[in-house]
Amino acid sequence: MRLLRIVISACCLFWAAQSPAGLEKFDFSGNVDEDRYKELITEIRCLVCQNQSLADSDAELAHDLRQEVYDLMQKGQDNTQIVDFLVYRYGDFVLYKPPVKPSTYWLWYGPFALLVLGIIMLIKTVRQRGKQTDAGFSEREQARLDKILGKDGDDRV
Amino acid sequence: MGLGLDPRKVPSPLIDKPAPAFSLKRLKEPEVILSNTDFKGKVTLFNVWATWCVACRSEHPVLMQLARSGKVDIYGLNYKDEREAAKQWLLRYGDPYIANAFDADGRVGIDWGVYGTPETFIVDQQGVIRHKHIGPLTQEIVRDEILPLVQQLEATSG
Repeated sequence: MRLLRIVISACCLFWAAQSPAGLEKFDFSGNVDEDRYKELITEIRCLVCQNQSLADSDAELAHDLRQEVYDLMQKGQDNTQIVDFLVYRYGDFVLYKPPVKPSTYWLWYGPFALLVLGIIMLIKTVRQRGKQTDAGFSEREQARLDKILGKDGDDRV
Repeated sequence: MGLGLDPRKVPSPLIDKPAPAFSLKRLKEPEVILSNTDFKGKVTLFNVWATWCVACRSEHPVLMQLARSGKVDIYGLNYKDEREAAKQWLLRYGDPYIANAFDADGRVGIDWGVYGTPETFIVDQQGVIRHKHIGPLTQEIVRDEILPLVQQLEATSG
């Protein structure tokens, strides 16, 4: 009984490794290029399981959208047209790689802007510190320091 | 910026765009077609639901109450469901809908950007989508979001 269970589990694991999302058996003998199809569905996000692409997801909607992508390809639409079709309905969110446009400038350029800002601040801080060391202590500060350290002018301790 | 927002709620790009055209057999009277042109000339609440959808069950009494109030016309999109099961559901829990479009394969759902049920759209007199609510409607959402919007839309081009 236990052995049977192990065998079944092993089969399941093997099966799972074979085809993660139980991809539909589409006919790629016609005008639909299988590589293009597979590439496209990995670039589109499944809205139900948001951390999975259409290619990975086993959600019902992912099945439907894969069918939709396949049908659109069969109708001779190119990648841009298919992506536009999905973005029109679901928004940029369906794309793993968001497009560069005013509302996503922060997303694309924000990190670089912050990096540049950080470098400028770092340079400023380092320069300022350098100046401070050069300046040393003022006479008054030096006198106070000597007093604290118990110095009386000559270097005896 | 977007922290604290629910990532499951993806804003619909269809807001302020014309409602996607559809033409489907009705749930209860399959010989009659329901299409988006049936919405024209009045503010409409278009609710996407299914009998397999657990949250739809909790939403149902809210829709029933809203229908009884007569404040907005409610149409439904019965999404990827079985006709008999859906009809039974309406017999059992009441029918708040003027009519339901029966979207067996979910194609119309895709056109409307549906990715979960329930979802609720508010369509204005010109057939433009003005609002989308994702997840079940509650009394509070109807009172604070849906009805004020319906009143505002009705006032603007009454």
